[in-house]
Amino acid sequence: MISLDVKIARGDFSLEVAFDSASKVTALFGPSGSGKTTLIELISGLARPDAGRIEVAGRVLADAARKTFVPARKRGIGLVFQDAQLFPHFSVAQNLRFAQFFAPKEGRRLPFARVVDTLGIGHLMARRPAQLSGGERQRVGVARALMAAPRLLLMDEPFASIDVARRTKAMELVERARDEFNTPVVLVSHQIEEVMRLAGTVVMIERGRVREVGPPEEIFASAREDSPADRFGVGASLACGAARFDAHYRLTRLQHPSGEIYVAGPVPAEQARVFIKAVDVSLARQPPPETSIRTILRGKVSGVAAGKGPLAMVSIELEGGDNLYASLTRLAVDALQIAARAEVYCLVKAVALDERQVETV
Amino acid sequence: MSDLLPTLTPEQITAILLSLRVGFTATLCSLPFAVLVAFILARGDFPGKMLLDAAVHLPLVLPPVVTGLILLLLFGRRGPIGGFLAEHFGVVFAFRWTGAALAAGVMGFPLMVRAIRLSIEAVDPRLEQAAATLGAPRLAVFFLVTLPLAAPGLMAGAVLGFAKALGEFGATITFVSNIPGETRTIPAEIYVLTQTPGGDYDAMVMSAVAAALAVGALVASEFLARRMRIEARGLSS
Repeated sequence: MISLDVKIARGDFSLEVAFDSASKVTALFGPSGSGKTTLIELISGLARPDAGRIEVAGRVLADAARKTFVPARKRGIGLVFQDAQLFPHFSVAQNLRFAQFFAPKEGRRLPFARVVDTLGIGHLMARRPAQLSGGERQRVGVARALMAAPRLLLMDEPFASIDVARRTKAMELVERARDEFNTPVVLVSHQIEEVMRLAGTVVMIERGRVREVGPPEEIFASAREDSPADRFGVGASLACGAARFDAHYRLTRLQHPSGEIYVAGPVPAEQARVFIKAVDVSLARQPPPETSIRTILRGKVSGVAAGKGPLAMVSIELEGGDNLYASLTRLAVDALQIAARAEVYCLVKAVALDERQVETV
Repeated sequence: MSDLLPTLTPEQITAILLSLRVGFTATLCSLPFAVLVAFILARGDFPGKMLLDAAVHLPLVLPPVVTGLILLLLFGRRGPIGGFLAEHFGVVFAFRWTGAALAAGVMGFPLMVRAIRLSIEAVDPRLEQAAATLGAPRLAVFFLVTLPLAAPGLMAGAVLGFAKALGEFGATITFVSNIPGETRTIPAEIYVLTQTPGGDYDAMVMSAVAAALAVGALVASEFLARRMRIEARGLSS
Protein backbone atom coordinates (compact mmCIF):
# COMPACT_ATOMS: atom_id res chain seq x y z
CA MET A 1 0.00 0.00 0.00
CA ILE A 2 2.67 2.47 1.06
CA SER A 3 6.31 2.28 0.29
CA LEU A 4 8.42 5.14 1.40
CA ASP A 5 12.08 6.06 1.63
CA VAL A 6 12.61 9.78 2.10
CA LYS A 7 14.99 12.37 3.43
CA ILE A 8 14.20 15.95 4.25
CA ALA A 9 16.11 18.56 6.24
CA ARG A 10 14.45 21.50 7.94
CA GLY A 11 16.86 23.68 9.85
CA ASP A 12 18.31 21.61 12.68
CA PHE A 13 15.84 18.81 12.17
CA SER A 14 16.37 16.07 9.66
CA LEU A 15 14.02 13.26 8.79
CA GLU A 16 15.26 10.04 7.27
CA VAL A 17 12.54 7.46 7.10
CA ALA A 18 12.00 4.27 5.15
CA PHE A 19 9.21 1.74 5.61
CA ASP A 20 6.69 -0.38 3.76
CA SER A 21 3.24 -1.12 4.98
CA ALA A 22 0.50 -3.21 3.43
CA SER A 23 -1.88 -2.76 6.36
CA LYS A 24 -5.24 -1.12 5.98
CA VAL A 25 -4.37 1.09 8.92
CA THR A 26 -0.79 2.17 9.46
CA ALA A 27 0.05 4.16 12.55
CA LEU A 28 2.91 6.63 12.75
CA PHE A 29 3.75 6.55 16.40
CA GLY A 30 6.21 8.58 18.37
CA PRO A 31 6.68 11.52 20.75
CA SER A 32 5.91 15.04 19.57
CA GLY A 33 8.69 16.55 17.53
CA SER A 34 9.71 13.16 16.18
CA GLY A 35 8.73 14.06 12.61
CA LYS A 36 5.30 12.46 12.27
CA THR A 37 3.64 15.58 10.92
CA THR A 38 6.50 16.20 8.48
CA LEU A 39 6.00 12.67 7.23
CA ILE A 40 2.29 13.36 6.72
CA GLU A 41 3.18 16.48 4.74
CA LEU A 42 5.54 14.46 2.56
CA ILE A 43 2.94 11.79 1.83
CA SER A 44 0.20 14.34 1.11
CA GLY A 45 2.44 16.39 -1.17
CA LEU A 46 2.51 19.52 0.97
CA ALA A 47 6.25 19.09 1.37
CA ARG A 48 8.83 17.98 -1.15
CA PRO A 49 11.47 15.43 -0.09
CA ASP A 50 15.12 16.39 -0.56
CA ALA A 51 15.80 12.85 -1.63
CA GLY A 52 13.99 9.55 -1.92
CA ARG A 53 10.81 8.08 -3.16
CA ILE A 54 7.16 7.79 -2.11
CA GLU A 55 4.81 5.23 -3.55
CA VAL A 56 1.17 4.80 -2.58
CA ALA A 57 -1.06 2.06 -3.97
CA GLY A 58 1.32 1.36 -6.81
CA ARG A 59 1.63 4.99 -7.91
CA VAL A 60 4.90 6.89 -7.60
CA LEU A 61 4.08 10.23 -6.01
CA ALA A 62 7.58 11.52 -5.54
CA ASP A 63 10.94 10.37 -6.78
CA ALA A 64 13.70 12.88 -6.26
CA ALA A 65 16.13 10.94 -8.46
CA ARG A 66 13.77 11.20 -11.44
CA LYS A 67 12.57 14.67 -10.51
CA THR A 68 9.05 13.32 -10.17
CA PHE A 69 6.81 15.24 -7.84
CA VAL A 70 3.03 15.00 -7.92
CA PRO A 71 1.54 18.10 -6.26
CA ALA A 72 -0.94 17.68 -3.42
CA ARG A 73 -3.96 18.59 -5.53
CA LYS A 74 -3.26 15.73 -7.95
CA ARG A 75 -2.42 13.01 -5.42
CA GLY A 76 -5.90 12.02 -4.38
CA ILE A 77 -4.77 11.66 -0.79
CA GLY A 78 -7.18 12.90 1.82
CA LEU A 79 -5.78 14.70 4.83
CA VAL A 80 -7.63 15.14 8.09
CA PHE A 81 -5.83 17.91 9.95
CA GLN A 82 -5.32 17.91 13.67
CA ASP A 83 -7.74 20.82 14.03
CA ALA A 84 -9.89 19.88 11.00
CA GLN A 85 -9.12 23.12 9.08
CA LEU A 86 -12.68 23.51 7.85
CA PHE A 87 -13.29 26.54 5.65
CA PRO A 88 -14.71 29.05 8.12
CA HIS A 89 -16.65 31.04 5.54
CA PHE A 90 -18.53 27.96 4.29
CA SER A 91 -21.30 26.02 5.95
CA VAL A 92 -20.72 22.35 6.74
CA ALA A 93 -22.64 21.39 3.58
CA GLN A 94 -20.55 23.79 1.49
CA ASN A 95 -17.36 22.36 2.95
CA LEU A 96 -18.44 18.91 1.80
CA ARG A 97 -19.63 20.14 -1.60
CA PHE A 98 -16.28 21.81 -2.12
CA ALA A 99 -14.54 18.45 -1.74
CA GLN A 100 -17.13 16.69 -3.87
CA PHE A 101 -16.78 19.26 -6.64
CA PHE A 102 -13.04 18.81 -6.92
CA ALA A 103 -13.07 15.03 -6.57
CA PRO A 104 -11.66 13.26 -9.63
CA LYS A 105 -14.35 13.04 -12.30
CA GLU A 106 -13.44 9.49 -13.24
CA GLY A 107 -13.11 6.65 -10.78
CA ARG A 108 -15.12 5.89 -7.71
CA ARG A 109 -17.12 8.49 -5.86
CA LEU A 110 -18.69 8.27 -2.46
CA PRO A 111 -22.38 9.14 -2.24
CA PHE A 112 -22.92 12.37 -0.31
CA ALA A 113 -25.83 11.03 1.73
CA ARG A 114 -23.96 7.91 2.79
CA VAL A 115 -20.92 9.80 4.02
CA VAL A 116 -23.16 12.23 5.90
CA ASP A 117 -25.16 9.37 7.45
CA THR A 118 -22.17 7.29 8.38
CA LEU A 119 -20.53 10.17 10.19
CA GLY A 120 -23.80 11.33 11.75
CA ILE A 121 -23.49 14.96 10.68
CA GLY A 122 -26.85 15.38 8.91
CA HIS A 123 -28.14 17.82 11.50
CA LEU A 124 -25.06 20.03 11.17
CA MET A 125 -25.33 20.79 7.45
CA ALA A 126 -26.43 24.42 7.76
CA ARG A 127 -23.98 25.31 10.51
CA ARG A 128 -20.72 27.17 10.19
CA PRO A 129 -17.51 25.58 11.54
CA ALA A 130 -17.41 28.19 14.32
CA GLN A 131 -20.68 26.77 15.65
CA LEU A 132 -19.39 23.21 15.96
CA SER A 133 -17.83 21.41 18.90
CA GLY A 134 -14.37 19.89 18.57
CA GLY A 135 -15.76 16.44 17.96
CA GLU A 136 -18.29 17.64 15.39
CA ARG A 137 -15.58 19.55 13.57
CA GLN A 138 -13.47 16.43 13.44
CA ARG A 139 -16.32 14.37 12.02
CA VAL A 140 -16.97 17.00 9.35
CA GLY A 141 -13.24 17.02 8.61
CA VAL A 142 -13.27 13.26 8.05
CA ALA A 143 -16.42 13.54 5.93
CA ARG A 144 -14.89 16.31 3.84
CA ALA A 145 -11.73 14.29 3.22
CA LEU A 146 -13.84 11.26 2.24
CA MET A 147 -15.98 13.30 -0.17
CA ALA A 148 -12.89 13.79 -2.31
CA ALA A 149 -12.84 9.98 -2.74
CA PRO A 150 -9.20 9.64 -1.67
CA ARG A 151 -7.01 6.65 -2.43
CA LEU A 152 -5.54 7.02 1.04
CA LEU A 153 -6.67 8.88 4.10
CA LEU A 154 -4.07 10.59 6.29
CA MET A 155 -5.13 11.53 9.78
CA ASP A 156 -2.90 13.77 11.85
CA GLU A 157 -3.77 13.11 15.48
CA PRO A 158 -7.48 13.18 14.71
CA PHE A 159 -8.44 12.62 18.33
CA ALA A 160 -6.25 15.24 19.93
CA SER A 161 -9.09 17.74 20.21
CA ILE A 162 -11.67 15.22 21.37
CA ASP A 163 -12.23 14.56 25.05
CA VAL A 164 -11.42 11.11 26.33
CA ALA A 165 -15.03 10.08 26.84
CA ARG A 166 -15.71 10.44 23.11
CA ARG A 167 -12.51 8.86 21.82
CA THR A 168 -14.14 5.49 21.24
CA LYS A 169 -16.69 7.05 18.93
CA ALA A 170 -13.91 8.89 17.14
CA MET A 171 -11.98 5.68 16.67
CA GLU A 172 -15.04 4.16 15.08
CA LEU A 173 -14.74 6.87 12.44
CA VAL A 174 -11.38 5.54 11.42
CA GLU A 175 -12.75 2.02 11.31
CA ARG A 176 -15.64 3.17 9.15
CA ALA A 177 -13.36 5.00 6.74
CA ARG A 178 -11.35 1.82 6.52
CA ASP A 179 -14.21 -0.68 6.28
CA GLU A 180 -17.28 1.01 4.82
CA PHE A 181 -15.46 3.20 2.33
CA ASN A 182 -12.61 0.80 1.76
CA THR A 183 -10.04 3.54 2.19
CA PRO A 184 -6.65 2.70 3.67
CA VAL A 185 -5.64 4.97 6.52
CA VAL A 186 -2.35 6.35 7.81
CA LEU A 187 -2.84 7.59 11.32
CA VAL A 188 -0.55 9.81 13.36
CA SER A 189 -0.89 9.15 17.03
CA HIS A 190 0.88 9.05 20.31
CA GLN A 191 -1.90 7.23 22.10
CA ILE A 192 -0.97 3.60 22.54
CA GLU A 193 -4.58 2.54 23.01
CA GLU A 194 -5.62 4.08 19.70
CA VAL A 195 -2.78 2.44 17.88
CA MET A 196 -3.38 -0.95 19.51
CA ARG A 197 -7.01 -0.89 18.54
CA LEU A 198 -6.75 0.44 15.01
CA ALA A 199 -3.43 -0.22 13.40
CA GLY A 200 -2.17 -3.29 11.60
CA THR A 201 1.30 -1.85 11.26
CA VAL A 202 3.02 0.58 13.55
CA VAL A 203 5.91 2.73 12.42
CA MET A 204 7.65 3.98 15.51
CA ILE A 205 9.54 7.19 14.88
CA GLU A 206 11.99 8.96 17.09
CA ARG A 207 13.94 12.11 16.32
CA GLY A 208 13.35 11.79 12.60
CA ARG A 209 14.36 8.13 12.32
CA VAL A 210 12.38 4.92 12.20
CA ARG A 211 13.01 2.93 15.32
CA GLU A 212 10.81 -0.06 14.66
CA VAL A 213 8.18 -1.23 12.19
CA GLY A 214 5.78 -4.07 12.87
CA PRO A 215 2.45 -5.14 14.28
CA PRO A 216 1.45 -3.19 17.39
CA GLU A 217 1.80 -6.01 19.91
CA GLU A 218 5.36 -6.61 18.80
CA ILE A 219 6.30 -2.97 18.84
CA PHE A 220 4.87 -2.41 22.27
CA ALA A 221 6.37 -5.57 23.74
CA SER A 222 9.75 -3.95 24.13
CA ALA A 223 10.39 -3.03 27.69
CA ARG A 224 12.99 -0.37 27.23
CA GLU A 225 12.51 2.42 29.65
CA ASP A 226 13.43 5.20 27.25
CA SER A 227 10.80 4.03 24.81
CA PRO A 228 7.52 5.89 24.61
CA ALA A 229 5.94 2.52 23.90
CA ASP A 230 6.80 0.95 27.23
CA ARG A 231 4.79 -1.98 28.49
CA PHE A 232 2.95 0.13 31.04
CA GLY A 233 1.08 1.90 28.28
CA VAL A 234 0.00 -1.19 26.37
CA GLY A 235 -3.53 -2.34 26.85
CA ALA A 236 -6.79 -3.24 25.25
CA SER A 237 -10.26 -1.85 25.48
CA LEU A 238 -13.11 -4.35 25.86
CA ALA A 239 -16.74 -3.58 25.09
CA CYS A 240 -18.99 -4.85 27.89
CA GLY A 241 -22.68 -4.89 28.51
CA ALA A 242 -25.09 -5.29 31.42
CA ALA A 243 -23.28 -3.89 34.42
CA ARG A 244 -24.41 -5.40 37.73
CA PHE A 245 -23.54 -3.57 40.91
CA ASP A 246 -23.04 -5.52 44.11
CA ALA A 247 -23.96 -2.96 46.77
CA HIS A 248 -22.64 -5.06 49.63
CA TYR A 249 -19.10 -5.45 48.29
CA ARG A 250 -19.33 -2.33 46.16
CA LEU A 251 -18.13 -4.11 43.05
CA THR A 252 -19.46 -3.88 39.52
CA ARG A 253 -19.61 -7.00 37.37
CA LEU A 254 -19.42 -6.24 33.65
CA GLN A 255 -20.55 -8.89 31.20
CA HIS A 256 -18.13 -9.81 28.45
CA PRO A 257 -18.48 -12.78 26.05
CA SER A 258 -15.32 -14.29 27.53
CA GLY A 259 -16.32 -13.90 31.16
CA GLU A 260 -17.25 -11.45 33.88
CA ILE A 261 -15.04 -8.45 34.54
CA TYR A 262 -14.98 -7.16 38.12
CA VAL A 263 -14.48 -3.47 38.61
CA ALA A 264 -14.02 -1.75 41.96
CA GLY A 265 -16.82 0.71 42.64
CA PRO A 266 -19.98 1.58 40.72
CA VAL A 267 -20.16 2.05 36.94
CA PRO A 268 -22.96 4.45 36.05
CA ALA A 269 -23.95 2.92 32.71
CA GLU A 270 -25.42 -0.14 31.09
CA GLN A 271 -22.79 -0.29 28.36
CA ALA A 272 -19.15 0.38 29.07
CA ARG A 273 -15.68 -0.07 27.73
CA VAL A 274 -12.98 -1.10 30.10
CA PHE A 275 -9.31 -0.55 29.41
CA ILE A 276 -7.12 -3.36 30.69
CA LYS A 277 -3.37 -2.80 30.81
CA ALA A 278 -1.11 -5.60 29.67
CA VAL A 279 0.80 -5.44 32.97
CA ASP A 280 -2.39 -6.20 34.91
CA VAL A 281 -3.06 -9.47 33.06
CA SER A 282 -1.67 -12.87 34.15
CA LEU A 283 -2.20 -16.08 32.23
CA ALA A 284 -3.02 -19.61 33.30
CA ARG A 285 -3.28 -22.75 31.19
CA GLN A 286 -5.93 -24.33 33.43
CA PRO A 287 -8.83 -22.65 35.22
CA PRO A 288 -7.14 -21.80 38.53
CA PRO A 289 -8.82 -23.81 41.32
CA GLU A 290 -8.50 -21.37 44.17
CA THR A 291 -7.48 -17.80 43.58
CA SER A 292 -8.27 -14.37 44.87
CA ILE A 293 -8.68 -13.15 41.34
CA ARG A 294 -12.31 -12.83 40.29
CA THR A 295 -11.92 -11.83 36.66
CA ILE A 296 -11.04 -14.84 34.53
CA LEU A 297 -11.46 -14.45 30.79
CA ARG A 298 -11.20 -17.27 28.24
CA GLY A 299 -9.26 -16.86 25.02
CA LYS A 300 -6.66 -18.15 22.62
CA VAL A 301 -3.14 -16.88 22.17
CA SER A 302 -2.85 -15.13 18.82
CA GLY A 303 0.77 -14.10 19.07
CA VAL A 304 3.81 -13.94 21.29
CA ALA A 305 6.37 -11.19 20.90
CA ALA A 306 9.60 -11.90 22.69
CA GLY A 307 13.13 -10.82 22.01
CA LYS A 308 16.26 -11.41 24.07
CA GLY A 309 15.05 -9.19 26.90
CA PRO A 310 13.41 -10.32 30.13
CA LEU A 311 9.86 -9.67 28.97
CA ALA A 312 7.41 -10.81 26.35
CA MET A 313 4.08 -9.50 25.09
CA VAL A 314 1.36 -12.03 24.50
CA SER A 315 -1.70 -11.11 22.48
CA ILE A 316 -4.87 -13.08 23.14
CA GLU A 317 -8.05 -13.30 21.13
CA LEU A 318 -10.81 -13.52 23.70
CA GLU A 319 -14.03 -15.37 23.12
CA GLY A 320 -16.25 -12.88 21.33
CA GLY A 321 -13.40 -11.51 19.25
CA ASP A 322 -11.85 -8.74 21.38
CA ASN A 323 -8.08 -8.63 21.80
CA LEU A 324 -6.31 -8.58 25.12
CA TYR A 325 -2.60 -8.21 25.84
CA ALA A 326 -0.58 -9.74 28.63
CA SER A 327 2.89 -8.64 29.60
CA LEU A 328 4.76 -11.64 31.04
CA THR A 329 8.33 -12.61 31.68
CA ARG A 330 9.93 -14.62 28.93
CA LEU A 331 10.61 -17.25 31.57
CA ALA A 332 6.89 -17.66 32.29
CA VAL A 333 6.07 -17.85 28.60
CA ASP A 334 8.53 -20.73 28.19
CA ALA A 335 7.56 -22.47 31.45
CA LEU A 336 3.88 -22.51 30.52
CA GLN A 337 4.64 -23.22 26.87
CA ILE A 338 2.57 -20.31 25.75
CA ALA A 339 2.48 -20.17 21.98
CA ALA A 340 0.03 -19.25 19.26
CA ARG A 341 -3.32 -21.09 19.43
CA ALA A 342 -2.79 -22.13 23.06
CA GLU A 343 -5.94 -21.85 25.14
CA VAL A 344 -5.46 -19.60 28.11
CA TYR A 345 -7.28 -18.08 31.05
CA CYS A 346 -6.59 -14.41 31.50
CA LEU A 347 -6.56 -13.25 35.09
CA VAL A 348 -7.16 -9.61 35.95
CA LYS A 349 -7.09 -8.24 39.46
CA ALA A 350 -10.20 -6.21 40.20
CA VAL A 351 -8.11 -3.82 42.26
CA ALA A 352 -6.40 -2.76 39.02
CA LEU A 353 -9.73 -1.66 37.57
CA ASP A 354 -11.88 1.19 38.74
CA GLU A 355 -13.86 3.97 37.10
CA ARG A 356 -10.66 5.48 35.66
CA GLN A 357 -10.33 2.50 33.33
CA VAL A 358 -14.01 2.47 32.42
CA GLU A 359 -15.42 4.53 29.64
CA THR A 360 -19.22 4.67 29.60
CA VAL A 361 -20.85 4.41 26.22
CA MET B 1 -32.46 76.38 6.75
CA SER B 2 -30.88 76.19 3.34
CA ASP B 3 -29.47 79.68 3.95
CA LEU B 4 -27.33 78.30 6.72
CA LEU B 5 -25.72 75.75 4.45
CA PRO B 6 -22.92 77.13 2.34
CA THR B 7 -23.84 77.03 -1.33
CA LEU B 8 -21.47 75.41 -3.76
CA THR B 9 -20.58 77.08 -7.03
CA PRO B 10 -21.00 75.06 -10.26
CA GLU B 11 -17.19 74.89 -10.51
CA GLN B 12 -16.99 73.38 -7.07
CA ILE B 13 -19.68 70.83 -7.83
CA THR B 14 -17.84 69.90 -11.03
CA ALA B 15 -14.63 69.42 -9.06
CA ILE B 16 -16.36 67.23 -6.48
CA LEU B 17 -18.02 65.01 -9.09
CA LEU B 18 -14.75 64.78 -11.01
CA SER B 19 -12.89 63.80 -7.86
CA LEU B 20 -15.41 61.05 -7.13
CA ARG B 21 -15.14 59.76 -10.71
CA VAL B 22 -11.34 59.85 -10.57
CA GLY B 23 -11.35 58.20 -7.13
CA PHE B 24 -13.69 55.35 -8.07
CA THR B 25 -11.98 54.73 -11.40
CA ALA B 26 -8.54 54.72 -9.83
CA THR B 27 -9.63 52.38 -7.04
CA LEU B 28 -11.57 49.91 -9.16
CA CYS B 29 -8.93 49.71 -11.89
CA SER B 30 -5.96 49.30 -9.58
CA LEU B 31 -7.67 46.87 -7.15
CA PRO B 32 -7.14 43.70 -9.25
CA PHE B 33 -3.47 44.57 -9.76
CA ALA B 34 -3.07 45.38 -6.09
CA VAL B 35 -4.61 42.01 -5.13
CA LEU B 36 -2.31 40.18 -7.55
CA VAL B 37 0.83 41.95 -6.31
CA ALA B 38 -0.24 41.56 -2.68
CA PHE B 39 -0.78 37.83 -3.20
CA ILE B 40 2.61 37.42 -4.87
CA LEU B 41 4.30 39.31 -2.04
CA ALA B 42 2.38 37.46 0.66
CA ARG B 43 2.68 33.90 -0.62
CA GLY B 44 5.44 33.97 -3.20
CA ASP B 45 9.04 33.05 -2.57
CA PHE B 46 11.24 33.98 -5.50
CA PRO B 47 14.44 35.90 -6.20
CA GLY B 48 13.68 39.55 -6.79
CA LYS B 49 10.80 39.65 -4.31
CA MET B 50 12.55 42.45 -2.41
CA LEU B 51 12.89 44.36 -5.65
CA LEU B 52 9.18 44.05 -6.41
CA ASP B 53 8.37 45.11 -2.86
CA ALA B 54 10.60 48.18 -3.23
CA ALA B 55 9.14 49.09 -6.62
CA VAL B 56 5.60 48.91 -5.24
CA HIS B 57 6.53 51.23 -2.40
CA LEU B 58 8.29 53.75 -4.63
CA PRO B 59 5.28 56.12 -5.04
CA LEU B 60 5.02 56.26 -1.26
CA VAL B 61 8.56 57.54 -0.77
CA LEU B 62 9.21 59.55 -3.94
CA PRO B 63 8.14 63.20 -4.00
CA PRO B 64 4.71 63.13 -5.72
CA VAL B 65 5.97 65.66 -8.26
CA VAL B 66 8.65 63.17 -9.32
CA THR B 67 6.06 60.42 -9.70
CA GLY B 68 3.98 62.82 -11.81
CA LEU B 69 7.01 63.57 -13.95
CA ILE B 70 7.76 59.87 -14.47
CA LEU B 71 4.10 59.33 -15.46
CA LEU B 72 4.37 62.23 -17.88
CA LEU B 73 7.49 60.75 -19.46
CA LEU B 74 6.01 57.26 -19.73
CA PHE B 75 2.32 57.95 -20.40
CA GLY B 76 2.51 61.32 -22.19
CA ARG B 77 1.48 61.40 -25.83
CA ARG B 78 5.10 60.94 -26.87
CA GLY B 79 5.98 58.59 -24.02
CA PRO B 80 6.68 54.94 -24.86
CA ILE B 81 3.57 53.59 -23.15
CA GLY B 82 1.28 56.56 -23.70
CA GLY B 83 2.13 56.75 -27.40
CA PHE B 84 1.51 53.02 -27.85
CA LEU B 85 -1.83 53.10 -26.04
CA ALA B 86 -3.01 56.18 -27.93
CA GLU B 87 -2.03 54.73 -31.30
CA HIS B 88 -3.41 51.20 -30.84
CA PHE B 89 -6.26 51.56 -28.39
CA GLY B 90 -7.16 55.23 -28.56
CA VAL B 91 -6.58 55.52 -24.82
CA VAL B 92 -5.15 58.91 -23.95
CA PHE B 93 -3.97 59.88 -20.47
CA ALA B 94 -2.27 63.20 -21.08
CA PHE B 95 -4.30 66.16 -19.81
CA ARG B 96 -7.43 64.02 -19.44
CA TRP B 97 -9.36 62.94 -16.36
CA THR B 98 -8.18 59.38 -17.13
CA GLY B 99 -4.65 60.64 -16.52
CA ALA B 100 -5.75 62.03 -13.17
CA ALA B 101 -7.21 58.61 -12.36
CA LEU B 102 -3.94 56.93 -13.37
CA ALA B 103 -1.91 59.28 -11.17
CA ALA B 104 -4.31 58.75 -8.26
CA GLY B 105 -4.22 54.99 -8.78
CA VAL B 106 -0.43 54.87 -8.82
CA MET B 107 -0.14 57.01 -5.70
CA GLY B 108 -2.67 54.90 -3.81
CA PHE B 109 -1.22 51.58 -5.00
CA PRO B 110 1.33 51.01 -2.20
CA LEU B 111 -1.30 51.67 0.45
CA MET B 112 -3.71 49.21 -1.14
CA VAL B 113 -1.05 46.54 -1.54
CA ARG B 114 0.06 46.90 2.07
CA ALA B 115 -3.42 46.48 3.49
CA ILE B 116 -4.34 43.58 1.20
CA ARG B 117 -1.02 41.83 1.72
CA LEU B 118 -1.48 41.92 5.48
CA SER B 119 -4.94 40.41 5.20
CA ILE B 120 -3.74 37.66 2.86
CA GLU B 121 -0.88 36.85 5.21
CA ALA B 122 -3.43 36.55 7.99
CA VAL B 123 -5.24 33.74 6.13
CA ASP B 124 -4.05 30.42 7.58
CA PRO B 125 -2.01 28.75 4.81
CA ARG B 126 -3.21 25.38 6.08
CA LEU B 127 -6.70 26.24 4.83
CA GLU B 128 -5.18 26.64 1.39
CA GLN B 129 -3.31 23.37 1.88
CA ALA B 130 -6.54 21.68 2.90
CA ALA B 131 -8.15 22.91 -0.31
CA ALA B 132 -5.19 21.60 -2.31
CA THR B 133 -5.40 18.13 -0.75
CA LEU B 134 -9.07 18.08 -1.77
CA GLY B 135 -7.97 18.48 -5.37
CA ALA B 136 -8.74 22.16 -5.92
CA PRO B 137 -6.57 23.89 -8.53
CA ARG B 138 -4.59 26.95 -7.44
CA LEU B 139 -6.93 29.48 -9.01
CA ALA B 140 -9.93 27.89 -7.31
CA VAL B 141 -8.12 27.93 -3.97
CA PHE B 142 -7.40 31.60 -4.46
CA PHE B 143 -10.91 32.63 -5.40
CA LEU B 144 -12.83 30.29 -3.09
CA VAL B 145 -10.63 30.31 -0.01
CA THR B 146 -7.95 33.00 0.11
CA LEU B 147 -9.88 35.91 -1.37
CA PRO B 148 -13.12 35.55 0.63
CA LEU B 149 -11.15 35.24 3.85
CA ALA B 150 -9.04 38.28 2.98
CA ALA B 151 -12.12 40.31 1.96
CA PRO B 152 -12.10 42.65 4.98
CA GLY B 153 -8.52 43.61 4.19
CA LEU B 154 -9.43 44.09 0.56
CA MET B 155 -12.11 46.50 1.65
CA ALA B 156 -9.69 48.38 3.88
CA GLY B 157 -7.16 48.57 1.06
CA ALA B 158 -9.73 49.85 -1.39
CA VAL B 159 -10.86 52.59 0.98
CA LEU B 160 -7.30 53.67 1.69
CA GLY B 161 -6.68 53.82 -2.05
CA PHE B 162 -9.89 55.77 -2.60
CA ALA B 163 -9.09 58.28 0.13
CA LYS B 164 -5.60 58.70 -1.24
CA ALA B 165 -7.04 59.21 -4.74
CA LEU B 166 -9.36 61.94 -3.48
CA GLY B 167 -6.48 63.77 -1.88
CA GLU B 168 -3.87 63.26 -4.60
CA PHE B 169 -2.45 66.59 -5.80
CA GLY B 170 1.27 66.69 -6.63
CA ALA B 171 1.52 63.86 -9.14
CA THR B 172 -1.80 64.81 -10.74
CA ILE B 173 -0.97 68.45 -11.33
CA THR B 174 2.47 67.54 -12.71
CA PHE B 175 1.12 64.83 -15.01
CA VAL B 176 -2.20 66.22 -16.27
CA SER B 177 -2.07 69.87 -15.18
CA ASN B 178 -5.09 71.66 -13.70
CA ILE B 179 -7.82 71.93 -16.32
CA PRO B 180 -11.29 72.90 -15.02
CA GLY B 181 -13.80 70.15 -15.65
CA GLU B 182 -11.15 67.69 -16.84
CA THR B 183 -8.36 67.39 -14.29
CA ARG B 184 -9.22 69.96 -11.61
CA THR B 185 -10.08 67.69 -8.68
CA ILE B 186 -10.98 68.87 -5.17
CA PRO B 187 -7.38 69.45 -4.00
CA ALA B 188 -6.59 71.39 -7.17
CA GLU B 189 -9.78 73.44 -6.73
CA ILE B 190 -8.79 74.21 -3.13
CA TYR B 191 -5.32 75.22 -4.28
CA VAL B 192 -6.78 77.55 -6.92
CA LEU B 193 -9.20 79.07 -4.39
CA THR B 194 -6.42 79.81 -1.91
CA GLN B 195 -4.56 81.63 -4.70
CA THR B 196 -7.68 83.74 -5.48
CA PRO B 197 -8.31 86.93 -3.44
CA GLY B 198 -11.38 86.39 -1.25
CA GLY B 199 -11.42 82.65 -1.97
CA ASP B 200 -10.56 81.56 1.57
CA TYR B 201 -14.15 80.89 2.60
CA ASP B 202 -14.81 78.72 -0.46
CA ALA B 203 -11.51 76.92 0.10
CA MET B 204 -12.64 76.06 3.60
CA VAL B 205 -16.01 74.85 2.33
CA MET B 206 -14.24 72.58 -0.16
CA SER B 207 -11.90 71.35 2.55
CA ALA B 208 -14.91 70.44 4.64
CA VAL B 209 -16.38 68.53 1.70
CA ALA B 210 -13.06 66.66 1.24
CA ALA B 211 -12.94 65.80 4.92
CA ALA B 212 -16.59 64.63 4.87
CA LEU B 213 -15.93 62.35 1.89
CA ALA B 214 -12.85 60.83 3.52
CA VAL B 215 -14.60 60.21 6.83
CA GLY B 216 -17.67 58.86 5.03
CA ALA B 217 -15.52 56.38 3.13
CA LEU B 218 -13.80 55.30 6.33
CA VAL B 219 -17.08 54.75 8.19
CA ALA B 220 -18.59 52.85 5.27
CA SER B 221 -15.53 50.61 5.00
CA GLU B 222 -15.47 49.92 8.73
CA PHE B 223 -19.12 48.92 8.58
CA LEU B 224 -18.63 46.69 5.54
CA ALA B 225 -15.44 45.16 6.89
CA ARG B 226 -17.16 44.26 10.14
CA ARG B 227 -19.98 42.55 8.26
CA MET B 228 -17.49 40.70 6.07
CA ARG B 229 -15.48 39.59 9.08
CA ILE B 230 -18.60 38.22 10.71
CA GLU B 231 -19.53 36.56 7.44
CA ALA B 232 -16.07 35.06 7.04
CA ARG B 233 -15.94 33.67 10.55
CA GLY B 234 -19.44 32.36 10.33
CA LEU B 235 -20.61 33.91 13.58
CA SER B 236 -23.60 35.72 12.15
CA SER B 237 -26.57 33.59 13.10
